[in-house]
Amino acid sequence: MSELMIGRPIGRRRVLGSGLAGAGLATLPGIAFAAAPTERRFVFVIQRGAADGLNIVMPTGDPGFAAARGSLAVPGGAKLDTMFTLHPAMVETARMFGDKQALFAHAVASRYRDRSHFDGQNVLETGGTQPYQLKDGWLNRFLALLPKSHAEAIAISSTVPAALRGRVEVASYAPSALPDAPDDLLMRVSAMYAADPQLHPLWQQAMATRSMTGDLSDAGGKNAAATGALAARLLMGPTTRIAMIETGGWDTHAQQAGRLNAQLKGLDALLAALKTGLGPQWANTLVIVATEFGRTVAVNGTGGTDHGTGSAAMLLGGSVAGGRVVADWPGLSNANLFEGRDLRPTLSLDTLIGAALAQHYGLDPVRVRAALFPDETGVKFGETLIRA
Amino acid sequence: MTDYSTAANRFGFGVRPDDAPVGDARRALLAQFDRFDVRPAAFASAPTRATVAQGLADYLEETRAYRQQVAMLGGGPGNRAGTAKAARADTMAMDAGGAPTGESVQAALKASRKYAGQVARSEYIALVGARANAALTSPAPFVERMVHFWANHFAISIDKLPVIGMGGLLEVEAIRPHVLGRFADMLLAVETHPAMLLYLDQAQSIGPTSRVGTAVAARGRRKIGLNENLAREIMELHTLGVRTGYTQADVTEFARAMTGWSVAGITRGPMARFAEGQPGAFLFAPALHEPGSRTIMGRRYDQDGEGQARAVLADLAASPATATHIATKLARHFTGDTPPPALVARLSDAFLKTGGDLPALYRILIDAPETAATGAKFKTPWDWSISALRAVGTKQVEGQAVAGLMNQLGQPVWKPGSPAGWDDLDASWAGPDALLRRVEAASRLATRAGGAAFDPRALAAKVLPGGGSAATLAAVGRAESPVEGLALVLVAPEFMRR
Repeated sequence: MSELMIGRPIGRRRVLGSGLAGAGLATLPGIAFAAAPTERRFVFVIQRGAADGLNIVMPTGDPGFAAARGSLAVPGGAKLDTMFTLHPAMVETARMFGDKQALFAHAVASRYRDRSHFDGQNVLETGGTQPYQLKDGWLNRFLALLPKSHAEAIAISSTVPAALRGRVEVASYAPSALPDAPDDLLMRVSAMYAADPQLHPLWQQAMATRSMTGDLSDAGGKNAAATGALAARLLMGPTTRIAMIETGGWDTHAQQAGRLNAQLKGLDALLAALKTGLGPQWANTLVIVATEFGRTVAVNGTGGTDHGTGSAAMLLGGSVAGGRVVADWPGLSNANLFEGRDLRPTLSLDTLIGAALAQHYGLDPVRVRAALFPDETGVKFGETLIRA
Repeated sequence: MTDYSTAANRFGFGVRPDDAPVGDARRALLAQFDRFDVRPAAFASAPTRATVAQGLADYLEETRAYRQQVAMLGGGPGNRAGTAKAARADTMAMDAGGAPTGESVQAALKASRKYAGQVARSEYIALVGARANAALTSPAPFVERMVHFWANHFAISIDKLPVIGMGGLLEVEAIRPHVLGRFADMLLAVETHPAMLLYLDQAQSIGPTSRVGTAVAARGRRKIGLNENLAREIMELHTLGVRTGYTQADVTEFARAMTGWSVAGITRGPMARFAEGQPGAFLFAPALHEPGSRTIMGRRYDQDGEGQARAVLADLAASPATATHIATKLARHFTGDTPPPALVARLSDAFLKTGGDLPALYRILIDAPETAATGAKFKTPWDWSISALRAVGTKQVEGQAVAGLMNQLGQPVWKPGSPAGWDDLDASWAGPDALLRRVEAASRLATRAGGAAFDPRALAAKVLPGGGSAATLAAVGRAESPVEGLALVLVAPEFMRR
């Protein structure tokens, strides 16, 4: 067996081999496998690239928001409470919020305080305090806490992401609908070649023949919806109960308004497809959406935002005690910003994830936190996130 | 000489993340001459000449039998009228009831050809994989590069059945053993290799007044005789270079001298029975050789038999035109489209002075100030693919995956489509679509390599020539994920060139 297969998704055959890619299974939810404890499902959606929580769950009640984000503030969107408004692209997610199946947490951040994507994602996924300090991911360590029937996990990507790597074996599956070269990569290549007299004109020409869209917005959100539907189908099979979905394209340094709109449409379609695909099992499902860090409060010179600190996270699913925003809001006035530029985090993402998982699976929160985030020393988190 | 990452990128296939740090780049390159493995482990399970040739021999044997049946049934071998006749015979045969028919024999021929094609294709794939794996893990990547350079100089293109499985063998058997030897020896090994003899039709060439030629002419049957293909390409492509003073008469005379050079066991047509022996072995068939002495470029060759063309090859290898031709191609390979004349002159002089000693030329290239400037060459798809796979630490790839990737990137292995090989000019490789395909391939490679296992910034500093430009490192550092960062390293301007 070669170390590397260039042309083929690694996990595909394995998953297909276990016979659960057939659509038939999705139409028979839970009938054959109705033992209650195995019905709990968990999906972790990572937003790679630092999603701008401020423009997703918009603190429209804070006067500082309009002042800082005037040019990026979008009209409309669902009012979540007196302070927050959901971005108008997230129509289905707003509906879930109305049905009390969505909860947003704001001003959250992992324990990472610098602004490198790689290091930030590594801390988010490994659950350490420093990048590359821990070798395995918190989601893999969580699998070890669960009875075998709960613990079968899959990554919806061609390789297993860091959060799912570790001692417990997990599968991976790459949806073929995903584009080969993500648009975000193409944009960065454009920037990288800008000063090269040979490559710049060649690349411009190549790009001129190819239309540009955002990653999750590709094919009008169809690919995102397909990914959500695929994850749901896998989770409706006899064994898989945990899935991780990777999304990219959140690094909106320029022309953020249009790109974020397209990204959120895609994410909204993905979440809606998950809900639809899971059918009655949606009631037993927890979805957490999180990113490595947020973006600057101020708009930069190119209609975008730069790497920041605090952001927003989402908890969705029938199991979520939703319909509210959990936030110890720090405020957006200059004096309150982290390092004078970023949303100050007031809630640890690790704490949030640990509490949500412990409650969802009825586990001891202290034990969960010790296993997933061994160095987490934050205060006890009393919030009820999951319906009893 | 510059730092090792730059030198390794230009002379080899770039550094691997697991490479030990190298202090003296020059010494490290020179040391590769001692480390080169003519037949490394990657080739251990690759097909050999014996198996490839035996497969071809069996196929020819089988089709010969079928063709005889077609002929007996009224069809001539391989022409349309014959096929039509065979179809008529087919009807008659069916009327008579049950015997093999023209149609069924044609179908069997087709099936046999299809099967032989599949076998050859699998041999090809295995050799492509071996070539790539040798390059990925070689302790002498500069020498591996030179193997690929010479294989392209002595290009064959796997466009017809007999050479599909043989293409890789030419490189293994004729190039690798001589890559650190003398040009003349490599030349002789190539021109006596079955892949070249079959590819450029030498095995079909018959001296008009040879024993066989005379007999065939007396019977007034098929028009058979001289085939100039190989003789011309030896002069034009392998040695002297085009427009260097040889004439059509010289080509024809050389072709006459080469008659009789053939391949045992896998030769088609009327000369097959004069070329019996271990399938795939070089064979001199006196019955096919044009008798008499030859005069080529003013020099007379009185040798009788096989030695005649050998003597011509030896003279061609030592010609000043050949020295200039080889020097120009070598210099272009390391400095760009228009090689500096001074470097070409130094290489050419050394070629003549040393009797075509190849390491002497490589040493000049390593020491040349003209090769010190970075990024002169846009990488070919092969260069880029191997260096990208090395950069992500790959040690082993599947032949099928490499063959697929090379097709996709526009440089199918051993299939340049002409005996001139792939050209070595920037404009041939640096195009808009080529760039986009590379970016797509890089994205896939980075994903498959498990980007999260790498810190792309650290990798960039290690594998990019000179540690990478500040602009590239910044672009990589700003990527939104390790996978994306890794893909950017692989398509960075300094990684696109060598």
